[in-house]
Amino acid sequence: MHRRTLLALAAGLAAAGLAGTTPGARAQETFKIGLILPMTGASASTGRQIEAAVKLYIAQNGDTVAGRKVQLIVKDDTGVADVTKRLAQELIVNEKVGAVAGFGLTPLALSVAPLATQAKVPQVVMAAATATITEASPFIVRTSFTLPQATQPMAEWASANGMKKVVTLVTDYGPGIDAEKTFTATFTKAGGTVENLRVPLANPDFSPFLQKVADAKPDALFVFVPSGYGAQFMRQFTERGLDKSGIKLIGTGDVTDDDLLNGMGDAALGVVTSHHYSAVHDSAENKAFVAAFKKTAGFRPNFMGVGGYDGMHVIYEGLKKTNGAGGEALVNAIKGMAWTSVRGPVSIDPQTRDIIQNVYIRKVEKVDGELYNVEFATIPNVKDPVKAAKAN
Amino acid sequence: MSHASADSFVQSGIVARTLARRGRWRVPEILFWLAALASIWLLPDRHLILNEIAIIGLFAVSLDLILGYAGIVSLGHAAFFGLGAYTAGLIAKHFALDPVIGLVGAAATAAALGWVTSFLVLRGADLTRLMVTLGVALILAEVANQMAWLTGGADGLQGVIMPAILGRFEFDIFGTTAYVYSLVVTFVLFVIARRIVVSPFGLSLRAIRDNSLRARAVGIPVNARLIAVYTLSAAYAGVAGALLAQTTQFVSLDVIAFHRSADVLLVLVIGGTGYLYGGLVGAVVFKLLQDMLASITPQYWLFWIGLILIILVLADRDRLTARLTAAWRARATGPAGGAGPAGGPHATPASGER
Amino acid sequence: MLTILFDGVAYGMLLFVLACGLAITLGLMNFVNLAHGAFAMAGGYVTAILINRWGLPFLATLPFAFLVPAAIGLVLERTLYVRLYHRNHLDQVLFSIGLVFMAVAAVDWTMGSQQQFVTLPSWLKGRVDILGVQVGLYRSFIIVVCSVLVVALQLVLAKTRFGSRLRAAVDDPRVARGLGINVSAIFAITFAFGSGLAGLGGALGAEILGLDPTFPLKFMIYFLIVVTVGGTTSLTGPFLASILLGVADVAGKYYVPSFGAFVIYSLMIVVLVLRPQGLFARAR
Repeated sequence: MHRRTLLALAAGLAAAGLAGTTPGARAQETFKIGLILPMTGASASTGRQIEAAVKLYIAQNGDTVAGRKVQLIVKDDTGVADVTKRLAQELIVNEKVGAVAGFGLTPLALSVAPLATQAKVPQVVMAAATATITEASPFIVRTSFTLPQATQPMAEWASANGMKKVVTLVTDYGPGIDAEKTFTATFTKAGGTVENLRVPLANPDFSPFLQKVADAKPDALFVFVPSGYGAQFMRQFTERGLDKSGIKLIGTGDVTDDDLLNGMGDAALGVVTSHHYSAVHDSAENKAFVAAFKKTAGFRPNFMGVGGYDGMHVIYEGLKKTNGAGGEALVNAIKGMAWTSVRGPVSIDPQTRDIIQNVYIRKVEKVDGELYNVEFATIPNVKDPVKAAKAN
Repeated sequence: MSHASADSFVQSGIVARTLARRGRWRVPEILFWLAALASIWLLPDRHLILNEIAIIGLFAVSLDLILGYAGIVSLGHAAFFGLGAYTAGLIAKHFALDPVIGLVGAAATAAALGWVTSFLVLRGADLTRLMVTLGVALILAEVANQMAWLTGGADGLQGVIMPAILGRFEFDIFGTTAYVYSLVVTFVLFVIARRIVVSPFGLSLRAIRDNSLRARAVGIPVNARLIAVYTLSAAYAGVAGALLAQTTQFVSLDVIAFHRSADVLLVLVIGGTGYLYGGLVGAVVFKLLQDMLASITPQYWLFWIGLILIILVLADRDRLTARLTAAWRARATGPAGGAGPAGGPHATPASGER
Repeated sequence: MLTILFDGVAYGMLLFVLACGLAITLGLMNFVNLAHGAFAMAGGYVTAILINRWGLPFLATLPFAFLVPAAIGLVLERTLYVRLYHRNHLDQVLFSIGLVFMAVAAVDWTMGSQQQFVTLPSWLKGRVDILGVQVGLYRSFIIVVCSVLVVALQLVLAKTRFGSRLRAAVDDPRVARGLGINVSAIFAITFAFGSGLAGLGGALGAEILGLDPTFPLKFMIYFLIVVTVGGTTSLTGPFLASILLGVADVAGKYYVPSFGAFVIYSLMIVVLVLRPQGLFARAR
């Protein structure tokens, strides 16, 4: 009976699940946005941040743009590339979405790129940060950042502040290697020496790597770990007493992720990072954003959330400009767009479709009893250095 | 696929007749495949997920070959799936050959790896095999990550452009070509697998699964048979991987990750082991459930899947399966055949029991 | 050099506390409980909540990190697990994976998907220099706690009446029942105890391994490795295996970083091919 039950169940599901989606005739009036994010699994927190920010944007700006109703369809890609591609394809083919957005990890964004080109659908990358992504399709627009963009100012700051020898410790995957390369190139050009360490992606214990750092006795340790692993790293760094042995901890903002920073405890105090967003960024726009975000989501926004928020902004503004003239027009409208984001003044580079933004040097400090990345220096209008170098 | 030479008892006639009878296609099976065929026209919007189901189904069938028929538990079957995917992806990227050649290449590399690693799984009981296969897959995943110059590492293999199948059928954005292609390949391989498991070779495998000591005693070359079926299963998994790489035109480390091995085991166990359709049915049920639940609650669908799994187990699927199997057999045997030959292997769904 | 050895031992000890409950259910009760990590996660979350929301000191939360998962384990054993002892392993896998899925989603729903933190008291932070070897205080603490546990467990199993009853119940439940041993009560207590140990391990490990809803899935592989490499017939096996794996992993990543990710898996395969019953198992 079991097999028959299963077969019946399969048939029932097939009837209910398969026939469920028929492209409606109103597809012309509504503008659908497919938001594909890792909502479960190891990167779930990325998905939650972006989803919360996107929903906040829609709540604040209304769900009607240029006379068209905006409908958001959220899908869980479980962090797997082939699932992401299938979901994007289904959204494009069946739901006739006007744009796909989200993309928490590099391979997920890259898997959809050929599809965006083929279907002429704008692909708004709200998180994934490997430099090459926007080169994969002329329909990709990115509102997060690139790792070289965030890394280069850190390397420059480090050498300007008297550091001669730095060890880099990065997670062994696309963005990590990006960060390592950029830091090493910039820092050695400025006359410093760099030693490189790579940590496997699935790595519960940092102790052997930190011991290697302790042995090398550098002036500073530059670290990149994906958002979420930062806390663990930070605690093991202090546990090892490296903070007391005079090794400064520097990195991109991923390691002092706003979402988690408060829980890291005093271990994180004094860490210097470079990044494009801090929840304590001093502007009226940001204060309003943080307050609203905390109210609806229940947690602090981080740079992922801001990527999602600004991603919605370019879609909304693009729609206003083009009045529903299609994907190609939408991308063209987004190119060169400039506005004041909650992270500061930003614009979309018309050549690379990457975001041009300020990168801030920040230090972890206590503000009103909570830990924040307090910005103390600004490098204005930073382009992605990898593509900038290619252009020259 | 004749291995008759090793099985002198085939000549006894009863067994031969049993095998022939078991090889006959039954009505529910024909209906199943007709339904699959009909889905091409009836569900034009859903070809993409159907394609994924066909691929996972084939992958689960390959696992069933070793788990359901030879009693080898594997938690690392993604090793072969992933190797097949990368092989097909690389063949397309560097040589732009016909996808069918990619399938053959994937089957060959996966089979080679299967043959080499089969020697590792000969020894040991369930848990040991589980962990050895898992270890092999994890190492291979790490190798794929380290060899970024070839595989693209964690970013995935870029620039895979798939030529038309047999030079005629272009892959389209609706997934129609992809689905038809995957369905045809799955069907052909399924028919072959079905033929194999009702052959004397398949029978000897079941003898090994049920009692390897006794199998050895009656002269079945246990190790050689296990190596053969493991290699075959690896080739199947490789083809499934190749299908995924070709139809999505992208390969990333996910194809070889632990969760893929775990998922396929889950799919197979849900559908039931040891009757080949388990993998296909499991794939349909699991994927559609997941898709439905995830579109209702993208964050918490895992909870409901978990609940369904638990209910499925507590509803005593074993006894249900056994009863159904008995009914199925009885109908197929007809009034003349009686209760079937003594010792005819019952489709005990699991090899885990000791 | 000695620091590496020390770190490796501490890491191994931690693995042992996390996995020994599994060694008990799998080895003694012959139940494949993949949901073991969920109990560990429960312990970790109990500690995190008690410290962060109720302000309890770290040490005071540890008993709760043991008791709460143990209680959950007891309830689940009595209501659900008990029905599955006689089932085959695949059913057990399906059931316990279902449980893991539910636990992951439920924790995600109640606590959010981000990492949770356990604030350590200051006397456990940092490190001291003992005879030129840098020794982390928290890792020393783990080593001490785990050593005590190992000795206590071994004594309970080998020397007490409960231990001998448990062994009898496992070897032949029917005969044990005939001798007047309450087999199902013994199984329930053992299961609860194993779950409690996992919870304790989760609480101790939160600092080093991190704690988020995917914990049971992320570390399932490590538990299984420890138990299979160590063999399931005793507790000494998994213990020695944990230490071996901990040291090999840490040392491998230190001395050959590019090969680091392979060390633990390769070691496992070599051991299992040479000794399929596990490294320290008695021949059956």
